[in-house]
Amino acid sequence: MPFQRKDLLGLEDLTRSEIEEILDTARPMLEVFSRPVKKYPTLRGRIMVNLFYEPSTRTRTSFELAAKALSADVVNIAVSTSSVTKGESLADTAHTLEALGADWIVLRHSSSGAPAWLARRVRAGVINAGDGSHEHPTQGLLDLFTLRQRKGRIEGLRVGIVGDVLHSRVARSDIWGLTKLGAQVVLIGPPTLVPPGIERILDKNPVHAAEPPITVAYDLKEVLPVLDAVVVLRLQLERQKRGLFPSVEEYSRLYRLDSERLREWGAKPDLVVMHPGPANLGLEISEELANSDRSAIREQVRNGVAVRMAVLYLLAGGTVTG
Amino acid sequence: MKETNSPRNWWLRGGRVIDPAHDRDERADVWIVDGRIAAIRPVEEARRGGPGGASAGAISDNEDGGGRSGHEAGSAGDEELRAALGAAVGTLAGLQTLDADGLLVLPGLVDMHVHLREPGQERKETIATGARAALAGGFTSVACMPNTEPALDNAAAIRFVRERAAAARAARVYPIGAITKGRRGEELAPVGEMVEAGAVAISDDGNPVADAALLRHALEYSLRFGIPVIEHCDDPTLSAGGVMNEGPTALRLGLRGIPAAGEVSCVFRDCLLAELAGTGARLHIAHVSTAGAVEVLRWARSRGIQVTAEVTPHHLLLTEEAVASSGYDPDTKVNPPLRTEADRRALLAALREGLIDCIASDHAPHMSEEKNVEYDLAPFGIVGLETTLGLVVTDLIAPGLLTWSDAVWRLAAAPARVLGLPGGAGTLGPGAVADVVLVDPEAEWVVEPGTFYSRGRNTPFRGRELKGQVIYAFVGGELRFDRTRGGFLT
Repeated sequence: MPFQRKDLLGLEDLTRSEIEEILDTARPMLEVFSRPVKKYPTLRGRIMVNLFYEPSTRTRTSFELAAKALSADVVNIAVSTSSVTKGESLADTAHTLEALGADWIVLRHSSSGAPAWLARRVRAGVINAGDGSHEHPTQGLLDLFTLRQRKGRIEGLRVGIVGDVLHSRVARSDIWGLTKLGAQVVLIGPPTLVPPGIERILDKNPVHAAEPPITVAYDLKEVLPVLDAVVVLRLQLERQKRGLFPSVEEYSRLYRLDSERLREWGAKPDLVVMHPGPANLGLEISEELANSDRSAIREQVRNGVAVRMAVLYLLAGGTVTG
Repeated sequence: MKETNSPRNWWLRGGRVIDPAHDRDERADVWIVDGRIAAIRPVEEARRGGPGGASAGAISDNEDGGGRSGHEAGSAGDEELRAALGAAVGTLAGLQTLDADGLLVLPGLVDMHVHLREPGQERKETIATGARAALAGGFTSVACMPNTEPALDNAAAIRFVRERAAAARAARVYPIGAITKGRRGEELAPVGEMVEAGAVAISDDGNPVADAALLRHALEYSLRFGIPVIEHCDDPTLSAGGVMNEGPTALRLGLRGIPAAGEVSCVFRDCLLAELAGTGARLHIAHVSTAGAVEVLRWARSRGIQVTAEVTPHHLLLTEEAVASSGYDPDTKVNPPLRTEADRRALLAALREGLIDCIASDHAPHMSEEKNVEYDLAPFGIVGLETTLGLVVTDLIAPGLLTWSDAVWRLAAAPARVLGLPGGAGTLGPGAVADVVLVDPEAEWVVEPGTFYSRGRNTPFRGRELKGQVIYAFVGGELRFDRTRGGFLT
């Protein structure tokens, strides 16, 4: 079944088979990207615009490399928050880009829903590169791809997501992707950041799984031994000012991951550790663990390009065999 | 108000007259003399020869030529009518007849919660455009909230609104004064001077009065004037930064939530303060949106606390799911936010049983340039003056959730009573000021915001197919809106 979408707004919208199609497409893309000459002519003459309302070197670069590997032309636009307050509207900017010939607008925005809102207003494809606390679908896809690469499967895995789930777009995309592919998700953190009832976000969009697809745990130590993989989220330090946790020190005592702790608390020997980056090294994860064999952080970065190539390729109308 | 030059003597023939204040729902003729309701006679009675002795034959002489408006009553009927109407009619030379067959004849509706934005935000709405939107939507009276720039917190500001409204010659506009100076929640505004100038209530709508002692004093002080204190119930410390109802849907969409608990706790606090203030203090809760608040209202009523409440059509008909299904359309962003299906059902049940007294639109116009932005950057608000009646007809009356009488009570008599409006507003009793609307209950139309008289186009009901439309609207016996002649005559 060919992939037929104009936009990639979130993993909530995708079916299991669509997600799998993207992951399957990303595999050959990774090979292309690993060659000395990293070029494929598929998107020659097409234009992708990175429209970033929040600074993000990693995601922007990853999209740029993905597009260029497929020979698309890339324009980068970094919009400072100040020009938003000057009254330059997102719709106006997007219409301008469209008039200039943009085929895809890759949008990073601090407002949840901005890509979905924009997608209804422009003919160009909209790719969500992270919107507020909502979704970061390509990050979710690259997490799935990396996990599958490491574990050979997603189905039946127990994956912990540790940290500020409440505000994390990565957590939401991971939740959708993992549960749709049959993994169980354990959300771990203080109750202020893993709000009661969050498991009910699946209510409107149930997945068919034997076990409850989402469980919540406040105690990392208790739940660590059953996990096959863990996604460590970046802690936004400004959350402390809003009274969501008392101090960085206390957060670190309760939820930081390091190799010693994994041993003491009885983590599985083949536990995979991931982080969407950029990590607060020493805060939510130790530098030593981030650089260890358990860590898949480097692979995540590399796989990110392949997954984004696959997304662009499929949005452009390609199929796995085509 | 200058309302001369237009004939204000009318004979509305054969419509279905619905006036719950007088237990009336029947086909009847209505006579308006000098801008007031002079007589109402059931059709059978009027044709047979009413109490005053009008003979059926004489009146039916005019029936064929009646048309929908603008025809002089034949002189053959003069004697009989004069008898039927008593001494009220000196001469019938100016009496015009209007064939209301197939139409509903309702007391002019009253919207006790609208934002007209003038002074200060005239690009969103003006008193004139808002008053026209009101009348086209069936509301002959509206009460406008004081969150203008500057706030309506003194007599001069209240008089300004009344003068602008009089000049607009559309719906009547009754200003609501601020509870506190500048709506800052610090000092009581000059309530007496505002009431003298024409304010019918006080409210800091947009915000609750956070200081409990201050609200208590406002409730006590307003006792002296017999006006209601209207509270927007919320806890700003809980709702700060929130843009939609808190819960799984907000978590799913990644939007900051506004918990129901903020509204519920504020309603509870305010009811206790009304009880403290003592007998006669009148608290009115604006735009109730939660099942919890309904339970608190039930408790308060059972304790004998004098509290009234209103609900909006959007809270009765939509839920937080609209935010998701619309793809984050800011036209679904409103304060208080659209809540859950359980809340919606509780509100509907409370409205049906009378625990919630009134339907009010909370008409809140914004420029499309302000609304057509990312969800969390857009202002709160939905326009409602021109959609409320159609929504009530289509989604509440047609499915049998409310009778016409129940609906008219909640849209006219009840809010008029809460505000203590003069002249029998919201009713059609003899002697009442003739604010009357004629509605075609079967007329089908589509919500097209571009055709609104309001400057605001921000409605989540865009594209909805509705039934029920105002055809004629009289204010003080003057026909000001006539859809058959293109709308406004004034």
